Amino acid sequence: MINPLYAILLIPAAAVVVLVLIPSYRIGAVLNMLASGLTFMAGASLLLVDRYRSDILIVDDFNIYLVTLTTFVAFTTSIFSASYIGHELEIGRLTPAFLRFYHALYQAMIGAMNVALVANNVGLLWVGVEVATLSTVMMVGIYRTPEAIEAAWKYFILGSVGIALAFFGTILVYLVAQEVLGEGLPAMAWDLIVKNAGKLDPALLSLAFVFLLVGYGTKVGLAPFHAWLPDAHAEGPTPISSVLSGLLLNVALYALLRFKIILAANPNTLNVGLVFVVLGLASLLFAAFMLYRRRDIKRLFAYSSIEHMGVITFAFGMGGPLANFAGLLHMTMHSLTKSAIFFAVGHISQVKGSQRIVDIRGLSASHPVLAVGLALGVFAIAGLPPFGVFASEFMLVSSSFSRQPLLAVVLVFGLLVAFGALILRLQQVLFGEGSGPAAEVKATYVPLFLHIAIVLMAGLWLPEPVVRWFRTVAAQLG
Amino acid sequence: MTQNLGFDVAHLLAGSMLVLSFVLLYQDRITAVLNVFALQAIALSLSVAWQSVIQDAPHLLVTAAIALLVKGAVIPAALHRIVRQLGIHREIEEVIGAGPTMLTGLGLVALSILLVMPVGPGVSVLVREDLAFALAIILLGMLMMITRRNAVTQIVGFMSLENGLVLAASGAKGMPLVVEFSTAFSILIAFIVFGIFVFRIRERFDTVDVTALDRFRGEQGDRE
Repeated sequence: MINPLYAILLIPAAAVVVLVLIPSYRIGAVLNMLASGLTFMAGASLLLVDRYRSDILIVDDFNIYLVTLTTFVAFTTSIFSASYIGHELEIGRLTPAFLRFYHALYQAMIGAMNVALVANNVGLLWVGVEVATLSTVMMVGIYRTPEAIEAAWKYFILGSVGIALAFFGTILVYLVAQEVLGEGLPAMAWDLIVKNAGKLDPALLSLAFVFLLVGYGTKVGLAPFHAWLPDAHAEGPTPISSVLSGLLLNVALYALLRFKIILAANPNTLNVGLVFVVLGLASLLFAAFMLYRRRDIKRLFAYSSIEHMGVITFAFGMGGPLANFAGLLHMTMHSLTKSAIFFAVGHISQVKGSQRIVDIRGLSASHPVLAVGLALGVFAIAGLPPFGVFASEFMLVSSSFSRQPLLAVVLVFGLLVAFGALILRLQQVLFGEGSGPAAEVKATYVPLFLHIAIVLMAGLWLPEPVVRWFRTVAAQLG
Repeated sequence: MTQNLGFDVAHLLAGSMLVLSFVLLYQDRITAVLNVFALQAIALSLSVAWQSVIQDAPHLLVTAAIALLVKGAVIPAALHRIVRQLGIHREIEEVIGAGPTMLTGLGLVALSILLVMPVGPGVSVLVREDLAFALAIILLGMLMMITRRNAVTQIVGFMSLENGLVLAASGAKGMPLVVEFSTAFSILIAFIVFGIFVFRIRERFDTVDVTALDRFRGEQGDRE
């Protein structure tokens, strides 16, 4: 039997080649779903096979679950994307010429994220994150309106600087590691570096981490490196907003966590936990207040992504079994919930023909099903019980209170501020006098409600293997 | 003796790249910027070729050749063409004047020396100084991207930054995949340069001045 590890890399790669050659949008959309579905099956079957390592690739407890999550959200988003883009073509907002490489880029992005997740070589990890970023840059600019081009340009410029700094950090990591591990591939293998981290030069390792932090941190969207994120989310097509928020931010954070593990194994290095706590809280507070000033629904949820990445970063910064557990759970829940919200927002902006909150009011009267979907998504992301986000936030808050009460106060304050903003905006969208057209939604609701159902279930009951996985990885993260 | 020679030449080449980075900072015509950039790419190519000789790593010659051909010739030529077509050969707007920019640049060089030089004893002096040079070039490239408003000069700033990266990577002894990285970077740049951005920006705004982009802030004029 062929190892699913290769399948999750080869299926997207093959799909890119095929999709580049297919000019028809409809066939492309079907093939895109098919390839994403196959990749998801391969990703899920990784759970069944043994752990694996080589100097290039690795499958361990940490990434195996993220691969499943990533391929799952990529699959559901491809279903959403097919109907969303189909509608954009119908109303003429997009023409087939603009969409020529859309599906190929989508697959390139999935493949690249998988590469980043299963890479053991820190250089390959970098390549994965970068290719994924660049393919999304192209997709963000797809509408070719002035706003879309501004967003893509900004994303490209900031992303490139991030690329460069992360690469410099990677070179430094290699330089540190080759003193102990010798020249060549082993000195870039993450697991070998971790094993020998105690012997590595702490000063250079800390310096390397600063570059990696700024580089990958730009992609995570941590304040103050977040400037590209709201624009890219708001101006790109909605399926891309949903994979950006749900997946790419996670993958970038995953890269940072890998390096955090290396530094944690060497006691004389920089205190990464503290850096994470500060950046996490700064992002949370900044985004929470910015939420009140949003008038565009996609921007609103983009800022909410910054907020949640801040919460997750804070959780990993606190460290310890409980906070890490909360961080991992929050990462998963945020991916699922935020992509579900973007599915709903995509449908809304299509039926109403606008993303501005003033133009889409009175949703509960005109589109009850959609209103319920959005409301459930926003309740979940705002951290109301019984959804999964509540479970992870509760765990994080309670563990922080017992260890650092002052920090916990800041955390709770940020969460409450954000909660207020989200509920305020939700209420504006759902109720009030109806505005905008009331066209029927022709697209499928399956991805939206599937995600919400999973988030709801996770809040009520986490299956035993998942809990065990979270525990193992939480311990590994230290 | 050979050890010293290897060290001196590597120093000279990396140093000349850094000087060219400074020269890039105060140019006030786009054509001049492009010419200086081409010179820097040639210096990079020589530097990588020299590393290939002293490290006895023939594969680095591929990187050197790519740097020479793509960044020393093809991309500057293409950019010259774009600049001519768009008729923007004199437009360089600086956010900050040349004097303060140069002073900031000096500060950045000092910063990179302070950051890299004290690092551990395990790294050889050559590698360490190469790294300091490379970091300085990277930071100056970033400075150029920040202080220039024009899209073409921003791309040049990015490429100059990337020259610093290739310098660092080639100096890291025995680092795997350097050739692949540098090739990937060149493809990326070629992609960006020929591709969409400059043309689309021109097509939509009739200018490549990126301040034109800033007028289209997402939420302007949309307050309740």
